[in-house]
Amino acid sequence: MSDILPVGEAAEAVVAWINETFGWLLDWITMVMDMLVSGFQDGMAAIPPLILIVIFAVLAWVLTRKNLKIGLLTLFGLLFIYLLDLWSETLLTLALVLTSTFVTLAIGIPLGILASRYVSVNAALRPILDLMQTMPSFVYLIPAVIFFGLGNVPGMIATIIFAMPPAIRLTNLGIRQVPVELIEVSEAFGATEWQKLIKVQLPVALPTIMAGVNQCIMLALSMTVIAAMIGAAGLGLNVLMGIQRVDIGGGFEAGLCIVIIAIILDRITQNVIQSGPGK
Amino acid sequence: MEETQEEETHNNIKVSVRNLTKIFGKRPEEALRLVEQGKKKQEIFEETQQNVALRSVSFDVYEGELFVLMGLSGCGKSTLLRCINRLIEPTSGAVEIDGVNLVAMSEDELRQVRRTKIGMIFQGFALLPHRTILENVGFGLEIQNMPLAEREKKAQDAIDLVGLSGYEESYPSGLSGGMQQRVGLARALASDADILLMDEAFSALDPMIRRDMQDELIELQARLNKTIIFVSHDLDEALKLGDRIALMKDGIIAQVGTAEDLLQNPRCDYVERFVEDVNLSRVLVSKDVMKRPEPLLPPDSGPRNALRLMEEYGISSIFVAGKDRKFRGLVTVDGAVEAKKREIPLRDVMITDTPTVLLDTPAQELMPIMAETAYPVAVLDIEGRIKGIIVRGSLLAGLARLEIEV
Repeated sequence: MSDILPVGEAAEAVVAWINETFGWLLDWITMVMDMLVSGFQDGMAAIPPLILIVIFAVLAWVLTRKNLKIGLLTLFGLLFIYLLDLWSETLLTLALVLTSTFVTLAIGIPLGILASRYVSVNAALRPILDLMQTMPSFVYLIPAVIFFGLGNVPGMIATIIFAMPPAIRLTNLGIRQVPVELIEVSEAFGATEWQKLIKVQLPVALPTIMAGVNQCIMLALSMTVIAAMIGAAGLGLNVLMGIQRVDIGGGFEAGLCIVIIAIILDRITQNVIQSGPGK
Repeated sequence: MEETQEEETHNNIKVSVRNLTKIFGKRPEEALRLVEQGKKKQEIFEETQQNVALRSVSFDVYEGELFVLMGLSGCGKSTLLRCINRLIEPTSGAVEIDGVNLVAMSEDELRQVRRTKIGMIFQGFALLPHRTILENVGFGLEIQNMPLAEREKKAQDAIDLVGLSGYEESYPSGLSGGMQQRVGLARALASDADILLMDEAFSALDPMIRRDMQDELIELQARLNKTIIFVSHDLDEALKLGDRIALMKDGIIAQVGTAEDLLQNPRCDYVERFVEDVNLSRVLVSKDVMKRPEPLLPPDSGPRNALRLMEEYGISSIFVAGKDRKFRGLVTVDGAVEAKKREIPLRDVMITDTPTVLLDTPAQELMPIMAETAYPVAVLDIEGRIKGIIVRGSLLAGLARLEIEV
């Protein structure tokens, strides 16, 4: 660290202050997110794998409005993972990704809505989002470890920060792209601001927002290996161990599972978008 | 505004726009002062960078009137229309509906007026792509938190009214432009608003469909008697639809009047130049001014059926035609009532020598015919089949044009 400019010292001081002042909040966040992950994981682990695979396949088929291809893709993809004997790791990865995505959307979509309504919010968010998207994802690991220690939760925190920008950006964009005449319709017929948002802006912007959801999930999956470096378990850990032990076979198998999960989630979210009504 | 004062004596004013000024820009106060000093739009823009879209516009629209705001693009007609329901906030001036000033209203009061008194129809149809036709038509009612069953019933009535029955569960993307605009019309009618604001409502449609929609609007208006403010850039459309027309230019109304007023007594060069084009336009013939021939009465109908049809369509006479649409004659309300009373067949009260014209009879020749007969005139093809009906109203535009040409 430089002796002339004490930037490093300043950062350390800020971190220490946050840790002291907001320690209770950080503990609370850790607790809630741990609960969410173990809830997802235990819930899925309670069902026998083969039955769960069929449930997932049917769910994929229903969500994509009876797209048989995607149903079969899910069925055989998950069976393949099961036969590779990586089922429990996959469930944990899925739980981590879904929890991260859930939190990302719960924060990102409201922020996107605010950014679309208030020029000031948009102006304030833009440089932050630029920074978040250009910053190498490893950098997020540092504050995550400092504030949340090692384990699944800091992994998810880093993932959430990394996956947040597209959720905000695409929600904002989608709402701004709603045709002026449709906004005029809702105003001319006497809609309140809330009715305008719920009945016109969000439904019309839905395809764009769903593209943001898709991006979020993909980015969250891409973080699984990186998050493993700070103690997140699941498939990412297997890949990381493959690297550390030069275990080509093990690393490859776990990597392949991540790809399969990514393809399945991508196809499902994309087709929920495309087969919206009136198309 | 002499002519408006004349008419005030026998008409109720529904919408009254008073000294309405709209300035686009960040510092309208300064520009407003210059407007009051009577400076020109260009001068004001150079001095303040503020754009004067409307300058002190005043006019009244009477109950049941179809009032057309007409002018070239950029003249401020769409801005003026949006100031009436405050989609665009006026910089100064008043908009009174039933004597109450909208500009002074709070957000809540304004919302209530928008929900119950004003319906709006847009150039690009502005239907919600994720909703079915039924849900689109019920949109305004849903905004009012009307219960689902009641909402669907009213929406269904409006759909039936514009002739879209059977398309309730379709989505807008599956409908043609003309049908989509019917949905827009039904949505505006569903909330039972007295006032309809129509912004270039038919401009995005093909010429053929546009004419059909204009005819249908005239028919609907005859039945519903709404107060309609219709924005158009098309003089033909304005002459055809408008009870009165306001011709706008550069944010002011150059002249307000009936089609005849504008054509016969253009008050300034601008109006004169605008209507000059009309004289150069094609000479009108019957088929340009005729309405669709419905209803027609089958020759073997009884008087009750004739009376029922006339009542349903709000007309006082009905043409009789065979299965092949061949013209037989005309039955009037009085005739049908007499036939019913004396229990004689309609045939005996049918007028067979009522004047008819051919599809390509020039409008000059139609005028004296229309002047002589008290009934609509049937337009026949060479085979004698009824192709259309001409009533005085639909001849108005042609009539006005020809008076200038003569």
